[in-house]
Amino acid sequence: MKKLSLIMAASLMLGTNAGMAAVVDDMLKEFGGAGNAQDGAAMWKKEFVDPASGEKRSCVTCHGADLKTAGKHATTGKPIEPLAPSVNKQRLTDRQEIEKWFKRNCKWTVGRECTAQEKANFLVFIRGQ
Amino acid sequence: MKKLTSVILVSMVLGAGGAVWADSDSAGRSVGGKRLDVAPVTLDKYKQECGSCHFAYQPGLLPARSWEKMMATLDDHFGENAELDAQVAKDLTAYLVEHAADKSDYKRSAGINKSIAAGEAPLRITETAYFKRKHNELPKRAVEDNPKVKSFSKCETCHVNADKGSYNEHEVRIPGFGRWED
Repeated sequence: MKKLSLIMAASLMLGTNAGMAAVVDDMLKEFGGAGNAQDGAAMWKKEFVDPASGEKRSCVTCHGADLKTAGKHATTGKPIEPLAPSVNKQRLTDRQEIEKWFKRNCKWTVGRECTAQEKANFLVFIRGQ
Repeated sequence: MKKLTSVILVSMVLGAGGAVWADSDSAGRSVGGKRLDVAPVTLDKYKQECGSCHFAYQPGLLPARSWEKMMATLDDHFGENAELDAQVAKDLTAYLVEHAADKSDYKRSAGINKSIAAGEAPLRITETAYFKRKHNELPKRAVEDNPKVKSFSKCETCHVNADKGSYNEHEVRIPGFGRWED
């Protein structure tokens, strides 16, 4: 109980969204514990070559290097709202949404689904933005 | 007696007229009573799921068989992965099929449907004969080579009321070109 209160107090101090905290914590637990923000940041920028088109793809291709600003869909040009929870309170609050985009975007960018560890790394990295 | 009959008659006519107008409105017709080009999107989930990456094309822009094929191949959606949760995919497919071009009496839906051979199920609206005929006078510099447009697939870039299902030529504004009427 005491621990829970501490966590809640800490969340409040950091100004984080309670909905986001719960969703991310649940997912991290399922992914086997802690994610590494630095590894997440590194993979965010890492380029993968798409075998079919030969083009280089990374998270940055659509989301940009700065998660606090809007991105742009590589094909359709449609704006993508910022991913950083500090500027976009909707981010990391809907588990279905997170899983949907992990699946789609890992397949498009990396060519396969991301591993549990990679997803944990991304979650921790994005949460800190 | 005669006067009373007249009053009743007039009321009936007005009443009937009012009912007709009300019907027209609920059927999705515009204020002037003129039928819109394509029935607007009515399902929020469809707007959210499909509209987050691209213009939420109205179901009436392709026949049901095209939508079924499209929804069954979302893992390779024009080169992208657009997979959906199974239940969501099922719901959206049902919506698309029910409002598809071959089940709509809106004028452009009927035109698109008529232009597709029975055995074909195109995935690109831009590949239908109807679409091509309606856009054949546009020079490359207006669309493909226009950095502000780039592709015919972005309806809303030039058709300013596309999201309402209106593709009237008088409402076309091509970025960098302005009005376009041939």
